[in-house]
Amino acid sequence: MSTLTDRTQVASGGTPLPVSLKQARLPRWTPPVLALVAAGAGCGIGLGAGLDSKIQWGLITALLYIFGTYALSAAVEGGRQAKDRLATSLVWTAFLLAVIPLASLLWETVARGIKVLDGYFLSHSMGTLPDAMPGGGIYHAILGTLEQVGLATLIAAPIGLLTAIYLVEYGRGKLAKTVTFFVDVMTGIPSIVAGLFILSVWILILGFGPSGFAGAMALAILMMPVVVRSTEEMLKLVPNELREASLALGVPKWRTILKVVLPTSIGGITTGVMLAVARITGETAPVLLLVWGAKTINSNPFEDAQQSLPLYVFQQWQQGSEASYDRAWAAALVLIAFVMILNLVARGIARWKAPKSGR
Amino acid sequence: MNSSSLSDTPPTPASTDNFASISGKSVRPGDRIFLGLSRGSGIALLVIMAAIAAFLTYRSVLAISGDKANFFTTLDWNATGTEPKFGIAVLAFGTVVSSVIAMAIAVPVAVGIALFISHYAPRKLASTLGYVIDLLAAVPSIVYGLWGALFLVPHLTGLYGWLDDYLGWTGIFEYGDGAARSLFTVGILLAIMILPIVTSVSREVFLQAPKMHEEAALALGATRWEVIRMSVLPFGRSGIISASMLGLGRALGETMAVATVLSPSFLIGKSLLDPGGGTFAQNIASKFSEADEFGQDALIASGLVLFVITLLVNGAARLIIARRKEYSGAAA
Amino acid sequence: MAKRIDVSGLSAFYGSHKAIDDISMTIEPRSVTAFIGPSGCGKSTFLRTLNRMHEVTPGGRVEGKVMLDDENLYGSGVDPVAVRRTVGMVFQRPNPFPTMSIFDNVAAGLRLNGSYKKSELKDIVERSLKGANLWNEVKDRLNKPGSGLSGGQQQRLCIARAIAVEPQVLLMDEPCSALDPISTLAIEDLIGELKERFTIVIVTHNMQQAARVSDRTAFFNLAAVGKPGKLIEIDETERIFSNPSVQATEDYISGRFG
Repeated sequence: MSTLTDRTQVASGGTPLPVSLKQARLPRWTPPVLALVAAGAGCGIGLGAGLDSKIQWGLITALLYIFGTYALSAAVEGGRQAKDRLATSLVWTAFLLAVIPLASLLWETVARGIKVLDGYFLSHSMGTLPDAMPGGGIYHAILGTLEQVGLATLIAAPIGLLTAIYLVEYGRGKLAKTVTFFVDVMTGIPSIVAGLFILSVWILILGFGPSGFAGAMALAILMMPVVVRSTEEMLKLVPNELREASLALGVPKWRTILKVVLPTSIGGITTGVMLAVARITGETAPVLLLVWGAKTINSNPFEDAQQSLPLYVFQQWQQGSEASYDRAWAAALVLIAFVMILNLVARGIARWKAPKSGR
Repeated sequence: MNSSSLSDTPPTPASTDNFASISGKSVRPGDRIFLGLSRGSGIALLVIMAAIAAFLTYRSVLAISGDKANFFTTLDWNATGTEPKFGIAVLAFGTVVSSVIAMAIAVPVAVGIALFISHYAPRKLASTLGYVIDLLAAVPSIVYGLWGALFLVPHLTGLYGWLDDYLGWTGIFEYGDGAARSLFTVGILLAIMILPIVTSVSREVFLQAPKMHEEAALALGATRWEVIRMSVLPFGRSGIISASMLGLGRALGETMAVATVLSPSFLIGKSLLDPGGGTFAQNIASKFSEADEFGQDALIASGLVLFVITLLVNGAARLIIARRKEYSGAAA
Repeated sequence: MAKRIDVSGLSAFYGSHKAIDDISMTIEPRSVTAFIGPSGCGKSTFLRTLNRMHEVTPGGRVEGKVMLDDENLYGSGVDPVAVRRTVGMVFQRPNPFPTMSIFDNVAAGLRLNGSYKKSELKDIVERSLKGANLWNEVKDRLNKPGSGLSGGQQQRLCIARAIAVEPQVLLMDEPCSALDPISTLAIEDLIGELKERFTIVIVTHNMQQAARVSDRTAFFNLAAVGKPGKLIEIDETERIFSNPSVQATEDYISGRFG
């Protein structure tokens, strides 16, 4: 602890403690080489001990690497550097740990989905095909999804938009605060609960049967808060000067909103609505409770059971045959593709239409 | 975070509303209709929320009053016949345990990835990664479910056997042979599912951490990790909490991914690795098709409990964030 | 034992853009050297090359040599973290850590560099705060957050934080530009005291300030927007302000441009 007394002296006497700028550093190639060694050792141990799960190999490798770097760095570079390296290797491991399952998810879906995905698959329904037989398609499911999501958007988008306008342009006082609070609450509703609500009112109390429309109502409940939130954000980005300029010209408030505020923020609002659409497209639970699923084409969303893409995936998985697994993967691929395209287009619009002052 | 800082500025100048009244005339019909419409939408939203609470409660009361056993403690779900006996104990246990496992795995990893993107990765890679993560957050849960059931489950048996060899003595990690369709698998799958959203929100917060505090730490001779510990993590703490709560909310209410992966039973087993157990949402989805009207009411009752739990979680998150904000001076 | 800085042939880049070109100068120990010049002339960039903060900016890159006594900051095997610990820095805007108390802010650098006993830490914090002329104002609220102080007090807190680790050199990047005149005066007085112990380099936009606080002044300029900044001349402050050897310096100082 001689350095300590040295330091205290320093502070009082003004003689700085001698620090060398040069610190023993591990060469730059150490981490990658160590990673390779760890990977080799991980595989070696895995093979030697006869561990059949690759997950174990990976875990062994990761642990060896993390502790190897830490120990080596602590020995050569000292405690602080070692901690820094530990953090770095942990962060990298976290990244790799997450990339593997997510990449595997995408890879499996594409690789297995592509098998039966063709024009026939997209343009035919299941009809009377037995579940264990190959063939059939998802036309009825695509149709159902489009109708249900379309109806849900027709219900949720106007209500969500107008609510956001109310909150941003008129909202003061108790009512606005209450609405804001409950929009937050609504964001947290699990999708199955939304489904149960419509089930209790529409089917159990009012006595209607399952239909695409029933599902659409549940989806609308899930969509509304998302639309309100994103629209609110966008409206708040519109500078107040624009509103004041318009009002000062004697334009009534409602026309100011319609002609100035909304056009300024339309890009962002569209993006928000599209992202909300993408989110509800993948919802399965409420559809399971309210639309039930069907094997044949039903183009009328107001009557009788319909199919939807996510529910189709679930039901094909439930069948448990090779052929139905193939169909489930193919439908999942179509679903992912649809959601991704919606996302990409929405983000494209956001970037293209972004207000100059915006983020 | 964004919305709160923005909402500090009053939305519209107060004068605009007075404008019409000062002019002496009655409010323009256009304005009145428009205000009516938009306020009406807000009210409609409130009515929907009230209706959800009211109808779920109403049907739940029907179910619980017909329940011949204790609704909260019974380890069984038999909602048909003349002697219906059902309770949510197993479901509550399974929901909480699988969500806790999911959080324990996902939050540290997500914070790690978020830091990787915001502070470690090369810049080009970072922006691409951020984009990819955002896209992954949009992958529908049924796809995770399908992948979990057909890919993850078979790949976990080896790992579980290993855990059993070394940690089996704890009881929690005991594993007989069989498919890995257990609560622990559910936890892992939920962790993978919520990873993108938790990462995405945390990354957003880390990127907002003020550069000047990072430079202050650097200039004192801090290593990269010390910079993060001194200036980024304190700033991002409330963001991490809200991101985690968002993830927790999703994990609690997740239906399809659990329904595909879990092999349910109405038992609370000692081992987390052996198949069995159930969650609220999964139970509703699996029992629904065979339920009569009373059975559906019973499921609705369990859904109401799930609803209340998610409300509490969200409320707690908001409280924590509000309190942190006062203290941390995030405005600096 | 403040150290002398010897810069030779130093250029700094942002990506492919050259921000400063081929600068050589000597900065004397235990003195105040001021950098003046029009906006964008690279004086702040140059300052940040002196403690290897420039390379933290994305795309930042440095060529040339900076000798601290007889060690090259950019030599192979030199640890930037050790450099920054030896060469302290105070920024344009006061930046105390918002989640830390006043005490913890001053102790932040010390805690990084080793373990201290509570009493030692207390002593050093007190000494540093006294050194920054802040002790009397904050001694009763050391456990309050640093962000609760006024701008001038925050800046002095940052100076206390920087000198607590006993650096050899103290770099100040326009430390008063965000402060009111009274706080500015307090900081300027402080700089006068600190130069007894440290080598101080200060970037300033305010020529009166340069004239008041510095012993030597360096004038930077750039040929045109987008061209790299260059060192025009460095000399005794008195000479720069009374009788500079380059016409451009005189033009700038007398307000004919810039």
